[in-house]
Amino acid sequence: MKTKRKDLLGIEGLTVDEIELLLSTAESFKEVSAREIKKVPTLRGKTVINLFYEPSTRTRTSFEIAAKRMSADAVNISISSSSAVKGETLKDTARNLEAMKPDAIVIRHSSAGTPEMLSRYVACSVINAGDGAHEHPSQALLDMLTVKERLGRIKGVKLAIIGDIAHSRVARSNIYGFTKLGASVTVAGPPTMIPPGIERLGCRVALNMTDAIRDADVIMMLRIQLERQDEAFFPSAREYSRLYGLDADKLRTAKKDAIILHPGPVNRGVEISPDVADGPYSLILDQVTNGVAVRMAIFYLLLGASREQS
Amino acid sequence: MKTNVVMDEKAIERALSRIAHEVIERNRGGERLVILGIPTRGYELARRLKKIIDEIEGTDIPVGAVDATLYRDDLAIKKTQPTLKKMDIPISIDDRRIILVDDVLFTGRTIRAGMNALMDFGRPLSIQLAVLVDRGHRELPIKADYVGKNLPTSVKEGVKVRMKEIDGVNEVVLESACEGKPIT
Repeated sequence: MKTKRKDLLGIEGLTVDEIELLLSTAESFKEVSAREIKKVPTLRGKTVINLFYEPSTRTRTSFEIAAKRMSADAVNISISSSSAVKGETLKDTARNLEAMKPDAIVIRHSSAGTPEMLSRYVACSVINAGDGAHEHPSQALLDMLTVKERLGRIKGVKLAIIGDIAHSRVARSNIYGFTKLGASVTVAGPPTMIPPGIERLGCRVALNMTDAIRDADVIMMLRIQLERQDEAFFPSAREYSRLYGLDADKLRTAKKDAIILHPGPVNRGVEISPDVADGPYSLILDQVTNGVAVRMAIFYLLLGASREQS
Repeated sequence: MKTNVVMDEKAIERALSRIAHEVIERNRGGERLVILGIPTRGYELARRLKKIIDEIEGTDIPVGAVDATLYRDDLAIKKTQPTLKKMDIPISIDDRRIILVDDVLFTGRTIRAGMNALMDFGRPLSIQLAVLVDRGHRELPIKADYVGKNLPTSVKEGVKVRMKEIDGVNEVVLESACEGKPIT
């Protein structure tokens, strides 16, 4: 399969072939990061702008390293140092950035749909690095790559996603991605954090955490967004941890060789206990390594070939 | 489309066996040699060449694959991205004699890309080029050290190497296009 796509806005719109191509390309790119000279000339002369309206360490650094390892030039713009604080609209910012002729804009924004809107304003590629509670496609791709690498397959794998499903773009992108590739997905979390109708995306809602992780091959813990605590989705971090945090006791009720994922940043002792986060079945750091390879694959497939400008 | 078999299984075997002897003679044995093929068919040829040299010399020469895709000069002008293949450099190539193997030598651009890729892995003592078929029409100053068969062609013709491991049959065919349509 070949992709003629201009943008990567979400997993929902991708075909199974496109996801598989992205994953196999990312597998090849892992080798580049293992070399002594971690650079290939593939995207020489291309410019990538990282436009982040929300804080990020992992994702922004990962996109930047991916671009640089492919010899593209990466420019980072964060909200605190941009003209957005002077009241410039997103549309104006986009038009101005576009005038500098970048080849791709990687955008993270707190409002769902921002990348989609941006993609209509600019002719260059737009890559969604997380938009509100909507999608985070590169995170889902690196999660799929990590599972595929460890278990050798995604088809038939049982995935449990635990935590704040309602606010999680990671959960949404992963539900789309894993179900498309034939995995079965179960979600669990405090009832206030399970959006009504989430089953329509093709996942099952478990009654409680033990029910969710009992048969799971992969347990994905989501970050509890403590900054949203004032909205009182659960009584206290301690209670959350007792009911939905993954610790050694709860892990004993799961399959022996179940693997554990977390998109980061980790709230140690809240959604996951330190001994589990650092334990032998935790692939949290493999996820980060795979993130660079996945983002190299995204750049390669979107920026490499010539595209008729529309 | 007219196709014409220009090398059959026996001819390929003989050519590889001659190349093996030439490699051994020129390098005085198998010492410090590393054989690297360009996927997909160059890699299969590299493995066959290794086997023949090992049988003659009693050596175990490291064999691997060099994927030149990321170093190609036509990525920005192609309509779609070529699929990445395997990169497998089994040992450090510093101070080694590299035998780079490909199936068909044509414009020389793949070999240029392959050599650039290799240079990112170290500083080999030398790189020698072995190809099963040299069909001419070079666009870069590149020449093979070992050639299975020199095959004068027109640019409108296509040369296809088929190998048992991939295509189920060992042969080299020359394809002539209909109505002057070039084959690539």
